[in-house]
Amino acid sequence: MIGFFRVAWQVMRKDMTIEIRSREVLLTTLLFAVSVVLIFAFALVREGRAPDDVAAGILWVAISFSGTLAMGRTFERERYNDTLRALMLAPADRPAIYMGKLLGLLLLLMLVEVIVVPLVALLFLAPIFTHPGMLLALLVAGTLGFTAVGTLFAAMLVRVRSRDTMLPILLYPITVPVMIGGVRGTAALFQATPDEPVARFWIGLLLAWDAVFVTLALWTFEPVMTE
Amino acid sequence: MSDVARLSVVDVSRYYGRRKALSQVSFSCGAGEIIGLLGPNGAGKSTLLNVIATLVRPSRGVIQYGDRQLACGADVRAEIGMLGHDLFLYPELTARENLSFFAHLYRVGDVPGLVSRALDRAGLADRGDDFIAGFSRGMRQRVALERALLHDPTLILLDEPFTGLDQASTAALVDRLQERQRAGCLIVLATHDLDVADGLLTRAIYLKDGRMVGSDTDTYGLSERYRRAMLA
Repeated sequence: MIGFFRVAWQVMRKDMTIEIRSREVLLTTLLFAVSVVLIFAFALVREGRAPDDVAAGILWVAISFSGTLAMGRTFERERYNDTLRALMLAPADRPAIYMGKLLGLLLLLMLVEVIVVPLVALLFLAPIFTHPGMLLALLVAGTLGFTAVGTLFAAMLVRVRSRDTMLPILLYPITVPVMIGGVRGTAALFQATPDEPVARFWIGLLLAWDAVFVTLALWTFEPVMTE
Repeated sequence: MSDVARLSVVDVSRYYGRRKALSQVSFSCGAGEIIGLLGPNGAGKSTLLNVIATLVRPSRGVIQYGDRQLACGADVRAEIGMLGHDLFLYPELTARENLSFFAHLYRVGDVPGLVSRALDRAGLADRGDDFIAGFSRGMRQRVALERALLHDPTLILLDEPFTGLDQASTAALVDRLQERQRAGCLIVLATHDLDVADGLLTRAIYLKDGRMVGSDTDTYGLSERYRRAMLA
């Protein structure tokens, strides 16, 4: 088990080192997410007031669309010099490699959310500080569920020519439950009177989905990565 | 010496859809041999190397590593070192960081010491903290070879290792391979460079359209033997 987490840590640290130097994925993902939020703001906000209940949906649209972009770019790097093959050749547990990639992507998307969530709050008057702990739990659980599936598919599609088209086609239908959970839970917190029991219910459901998705991905990563 | 240095390829075929990349290839080899996989583009050389490396499953047949088979996974991979046509290096990392990363994945001890020795052998001790992106093809190739040999593998797989190398780098690579051969490693390499391979190989295996069309253990005259095997 120690070996598993050591490998995952090494893979994540390597991805972060590359990202800190290039800032390529972070900047493109962040720019895309901010653009999505701004476009919705220009379209929906009138005289400083946004329609009720749109903030949660816009937040999760920004997270999911920019997340898909980040997943594709992260694995594009591994494809470019065939380094994914080198990772698969290592005697490490292949699920540990998946876990490292997953944690790297999760960290990256959480960094994007650090900017995007306050931006949504500012433009759509979303009350993000009334229940910060529950909002954080929703964001982490939702992003983890989405990233768990996305990391697996992005790795699977790395050698497929139409990977940029295929990734969203495969990813969005399967992560619909995560998106519904994220949007409904966040909307419950962004109401004028926050509905804590509803938010708690969706957090529980998201965590259950996360457990299922991460377990399935760890289980299937080795067979799907061997051609 | 580990039993992974005794390799048997038994009736191995690999299909991609209806296309046969490999068809009923069989041979055995052992420690201290340098096996050359020779053939034109599309002959199945890289596919065969990938199958032996456990990266690609054979559609039919088995690969036997000593007494073990492909399914052994990580145990077998720990004793395989592979240098691909793409060099398996991260250009955004330095040579030292690349080697350290893979050394950690291969769970070798004393990573800093091992990496310094590997950089010395590659002749890049003073360039270890430079980014791979700034290296020439030959320098990258030397780092990539040391990456493949970091964990002291007993089975070494090389795909077109002489591509893009100048004479001095080619000679250094040949020396390094012969040193590994003397250490009892089994080396399997796919190459088009018959001039370099002539005299280096202990056995040549000729592939054409995914089929094994010949094999011999003669030492010299490889170009002529290759021509004859391809015409047969």
